Amino acid sequence: MKITDKDVTYVADLANLDLTVQERERMVRDLNSILDYIDRLNELDTANVPPMAQTILQTADATREDVLRPCLAREAALQNAPESDGNFFKVPKVIEK
Amino acid sequence: MDISSLTIASTRAAIAERRITASGLVEDFYRKIKTEDRDIHAWLTLCEERAFAKARRIDDLAENDTVLPPLAGVPMGIKDVMVTQGVRTTAGSKILGTFIPPYDCTAVARLEAAGAIVLGKLNCDEFAMGSSNENSAYGAVRNPRDKSRVPGGSSGGSAAAVAAGMAVATLGSDTGGSIRQPASFCGVVGLMPTYGRVSRYGLIAFASSLDHIGPLARTVRDAAIVLRVIAGHDAMDSTSAQVPVPDYEQEIAKPVRGLKLGVPKEYFGEGLDPEVRAAVEAAIARLGAEGAEIVPISLPHTPYAVPAYYVIATAEASANLARYDGVRYGYRSPQARTLGEMYRRSRDEGFGAEVKRRIMLGTYVLSAGYYDAYYLKAQKVRTLLARDFEAAFQKVDVIVTPTAPTTAFRIGEKTDEPLAMYLADIYTVTGDLAGVPGVSVPCGMAQSGLPIGLQVLGRHFDEGTVLRVAQAVEDAAQTRP
Repeated sequence: MKITDKDVTYVADLANLDLTVQERERMVRDLNSILDYIDRLNELDTANVPPMAQTILQTADATREDVLRPCLAREAALQNAPESDGNFFKVPKVIEK
Repeated sequence: MDISSLTIASTRAAIAERRITASGLVEDFYRKIKTEDRDIHAWLTLCEERAFAKARRIDDLAENDTVLPPLAGVPMGIKDVMVTQGVRTTAGSKILGTFIPPYDCTAVARLEAAGAIVLGKLNCDEFAMGSSNENSAYGAVRNPRDKSRVPGGSSGGSAAAVAAGMAVATLGSDTGGSIRQPASFCGVVGLMPTYGRVSRYGLIAFASSLDHIGPLARTVRDAAIVLRVIAGHDAMDSTSAQVPVPDYEQEIAKPVRGLKLGVPKEYFGEGLDPEVRAAVEAAIARLGAEGAEIVPISLPHTPYAVPAYYVIATAEASANLARYDGVRYGYRSPQARTLGEMYRRSRDEGFGAEVKRRIMLGTYVLSAGYYDAYYLKAQKVRTLLARDFEAAFQKVDVIVTPTAPTTAFRIGEKTDEPLAMYLADIYTVTGDLAGVPGVSVPCGMAQSGLPIGLQVLGRHFDEGTVLRVAQAVEDAAQTRP
């Protein structure tokens, strides 16, 4: 067993998930089974192999001039907000008085 | 007129010659969808107003005898992971259940600019995570060839809609096989272009180094036509490539004589259904009879592709899905009193089981102490897999394999075992990891009547040759007694 309930609690916290007791139990089982399978990567010697983050890219000039361009209007950006005051996104109070 | 046998060319011609109108055609498709989709469930949202407005514009062009654009009047569907302005886009997730995007995905905008008519949005696994479409928060899609079976995933709705004749062509997305595997299960053509060939602007991100947009269609020619429309650089996606887009219709007209076809032994080993093997081998033999040279090859790191994939894809997903926090869009839990509680409860209540599993795995492999052992290791193995392909393409022009180890499995068959489900992608994840293009084309049928797909993989940006071989497979499969 690589992953214990304690690990699941720790990782869930990092991922901003609570998870129910049942979900945690299932997660311990599933993650251990998947990680056992992933362990077969260790059969390969990769000491001198560079990591690959991205496949080939033909995007030599991916950067652009740093100039203002039109962007999404405020109303459009706010239209899907669960809560808004018309100017900003509203969230529950962060600091208690 | 039987709308379920329309192709892009026949649709466009019928409208140009005024045998039908685009508006009438759209009406026919909606009628078919409203009756036949009840027990397939490929569609999540229909956008009738938008579709009829586009159709009227095409009819105006036809009435004025204007030359029609390449996709004029072609009824299409879009996987619900591509955003559509003003049309609900859910990614198959409860967390985006009421999300109305403020802009259009580039691929969708290009389709409509070329005259296509978007009928609506197609069901898929939540955030494109799944191989059976059973992970949709809105219910599973059924395979039109056998409704007790899955259509494959994650672009299950995109494949089922084409197979059932509810759209002439559709767009899907492929991160580990999500276009090709459902195409194989539903008996349609599914093309994953080279990484960078098609802009992902407006594609809801799953794993950014692996995500691709591509077409599903009834014929190789239709997939080729759609690819040409959606391919090419887009200033809104810095990973989209500056590579010229050829006329794929010309490419598929060329014979396969003289091409070298690599057959990798690792794709024909344990776990491959004997009927799938027989159909794929027979199709390869027919290509040989047409003058292609069949070359046995090896891609030795293939057995490590699925484990490397599930580290890399979940790591990227855990970062990409951090944005769903109930602040700017999407579901917000009404229960929460503090900000932290709001993040956690919104995500807990909004995400389904498989998405949580992948976020957890991805967060774990990136966490302190495990990064080198898992994430870095998987990235190095990805290099080895890419080198396998580089070496193979020194010797051969394309690689031919089965698309999936089996035909469509039964609904519910693999839902309790995530690992068994992941292995449904065993022959397709390699293409995503290496960034090479791949297509699945129907090559035969099992005794059960279920379709079997053959996969063609090619060099970077050589979709032309990939489609040319697929065309030969399609021709042979259709003329066979």
